[in-house]
Amino acid sequence: MLDQTAVEKLDVEAVNKDAKQNAQPLYAARKRIHPKRAQGTYRRLKWIIMAVTLGIYYITPWLRWDRGPHAPDQAVLIDMANRRFYFFFVEIWPQEFIFIAGLLVMAGVGLFLITSVVGRAWCGYTCPQTVWTDLFLVVERFFEGDRNARIKLDQEPWTGSKITKKVAKHSTWLIIAVATGGAWIFYFADAPTLAYDFATGQAPFIAYATVAVLTATTYIFGGIMREQVCIYMCPWPRIQAAMLDENSLVVTYNDWRGEPRMRGQKKAKAQGLVPGDCVDCNACVAVCPTGIDIRDGQQLECITCALCIDACDAVMDKVGHERGLISYATLADYNNNMRVAMGGENSGTIDPSNVRDQNGKFVDAIRGFKWREMLRPRTIIYTAAWAAIGVALLIALGTRDRLEVNVLHDRNPVFTTLSDGSIRNGYTVKILNMVAEPRTITLTLDGLPGGVMAINGIDAEPGTSFDIPVEPDRLRPLRVFVSQPRDMVAPGSTPFSFIVEEGEAGETDIYNANFEAPE
Amino acid sequence: MADDQKDIDAVSGVETTGHEWDGIKELNNPLPRWWLWTFYATIVWTIGYTIAYPAWPGITGATAGVLGWSSRGQLAEEMEAAKAEQAVYLSRIEEADIGAVATDPELVQFAVAGGSSAFKVYCVQCHGSGAAGGEGYPNLNDDDWIWGGTLEDIAWTIRHGIRHEPDLDTRFNDMPAYGRDQILDRDQISDVAWYVRQISGQEHDAEAAARGAETFEIECSSCHGIDGEGVPELGGPRINDAIWLYGGSHAEIVAQINNPQMGVMPAWGERLGETTVKQLAVYVHQLGGGQ
Repeated sequence: MLDQTAVEKLDVEAVNKDAKQNAQPLYAARKRIHPKRAQGTYRRLKWIIMAVTLGIYYITPWLRWDRGPHAPDQAVLIDMANRRFYFFFVEIWPQEFIFIAGLLVMAGVGLFLITSVVGRAWCGYTCPQTVWTDLFLVVERFFEGDRNARIKLDQEPWTGSKITKKVAKHSTWLIIAVATGGAWIFYFADAPTLAYDFATGQAPFIAYATVAVLTATTYIFGGIMREQVCIYMCPWPRIQAAMLDENSLVVTYNDWRGEPRMRGQKKAKAQGLVPGDCVDCNACVAVCPTGIDIRDGQQLECITCALCIDACDAVMDKVGHERGLISYATLADYNNNMRVAMGGENSGTIDPSNVRDQNGKFVDAIRGFKWREMLRPRTIIYTAAWAAIGVALLIALGTRDRLEVNVLHDRNPVFTTLSDGSIRNGYTVKILNMVAEPRTITLTLDGLPGGVMAINGIDAEPGTSFDIPVEPDRLRPLRVFVSQPRDMVAPGSTPFSFIVEEGEAGETDIYNANFEAPE
Repeated sequence: MADDQKDIDAVSGVETTGHEWDGIKELNNPLPRWWLWTFYATIVWTIGYTIAYPAWPGITGATAGVLGWSSRGQLAEEMEAAKAEQAVYLSRIEEADIGAVATDPELVQFAVAGGSSAFKVYCVQCHGSGAAGGEGYPNLNDDDWIWGGTLEDIAWTIRHGIRHEPDLDTRFNDMPAYGRDQILDRDQISDVAWYVRQISGQEHDAEAAARGAETFEIECSSCHGIDGEGVPELGGPRINDAIWLYGGSHAEIVAQINNPQMGVMPAWGERLGETTVKQLAVYVHQLGGGQ
């Protein structure tokens, strides 16, 4: 047996412990949290996710994508001025915003799916608030040391060394904050040009303002407010309860094997007590970035970052117990195991001898997580909905038009009688050349007996077909006058079509219009 | 609720507000302190705001605010800025002659927009918001122009008006009142009216029209043309087509010969200035009937 007294009890308590025990005044001062560094599987996973998400954020605007001479070569660009969104091989016009809306719906459903399976994984691993707070903590640790050193430093008087450390930390934070705001603006303009303009003071005011605002929010949220953002400002902790069920995996302290927690277990055993696995070392509390004690059960403050699992696993290794005293577990399994631990009752005291057999192994009635539990109607429906939207978007993207015609019929006057008795209708015909090449589009009038059109600004005899040059990636509006000779005019409304065609790509689009004449 | 009667929630151990709805009680969790600061900060902001901007109501008005801001002032500023932006195009339109304006795509775009808004202020009362006119008010969309439909003709008409006597260059003519002044008798007028229906391709009394043809040649052709094709230089309307300012029925034509109605249009040149006149002309010209 390993020496359990070698595990030190850390001097830390849950910040919300007081709130749970005492009546409160009007307001509560924040208790500063000094999260201890954790090491282990989840911490490694979080480092990787941090590197990937930050990498995507900072690198994306600098990627290039050749679209020819008539379009920007930035792979991802939100061109507000020209109302275009470029994403690698996809170019989106404002009227195609449905693709973005579809992605947002997918993100929403995906969030529901992830949450129903593994709880607040978004919060714990990928939320920018978490990622940047983690990054800021790295900086804090670099300059001020780990938990104990930081606590000590905060209690020290303001000496030169303390000031140096604090200034260094806050300066580094500010540099990161500026870089964060700085990266954001590159999504909205050509990154190299804007970077040069920004550095030389020639960038537009809005660029500086955006960087300033994002610098402030990054610094304040990531450096100063941290868990306060999650607890008080974010709505997700309030919503998540509706996404979770008893089969969702959430970070859980397994009371059924941990209790009764006690320190000095050797001594306790000698006295005839039967201790649980928890050696009450508080390591789980010390690493918690929101400063709570997971052993108090599910809490709004828990962002399921799983660092307490890492901390506890390390301790369990040290004292020779199985890992997983704190683990991802479902409420169903937890409730089952609690019943076992309490001797089949729904309440009572936990007796470790109900949990383990004489060899120290868990009894068969103890349930662990099985992958199959992830497959349940709720997750299957979420997955199906998510995939269906995705497939629909892909199909829509694959079959969308790059040549369109939109027509507005003049309403005032609806028609004009000309000298020779013919009837004329006016239309605004908009030809959309949605590719980054200049194209000549043939506009044809079809299905109106005797009908001819004349176009303002195009010097040609009235006819039924015109070749219209359209600039790359532009909409060209045309004032089109369609007239029908007196003897062919049908009273009332006559349907006909405007057809646009492009020879090389073989693209075509039809607009079904009406020709109005006196009743 | 008095302190010694604190109601503590059994589950969370937190004091409740004492409010209860169907057994559900509201926990009285404390605010974080920064939130309270934010609240105080908004109060400070409010005080500063009411000093800086118009705020406190008085008997005759509100406090003006030390920044001197007003919505009217802001509007004036924005109008100034808009005028400054427009000035570039307006000066180009002012310098160019109207033909040059109509061939410069940029100026056309500006002039059509500017002309359209001027039209909506000064012209729609008679010509209608779609410039389709009405009885006695010409439709500007069609290809029938009493005083000519070239850019220059249209600009002249706008500039000097029609029968606007104070302007010496105004478009002016006067059709005799053939019936009222007894130049022609009732039958002759009726015959001429039938003839006009004939040349405009409408149902007519052929015998009467044949009689009217002679009278038309003597009395009408000098202004309306030999074939009724109109004489724009004199403002003699074309009457052999499908467009009628005062109606094309026999009775309406008779009424017009008998005692003609003749429209009046103000001269806009001095009032609007040449730049606006040019824009209006370009706008009207591109409505579909310009020559």
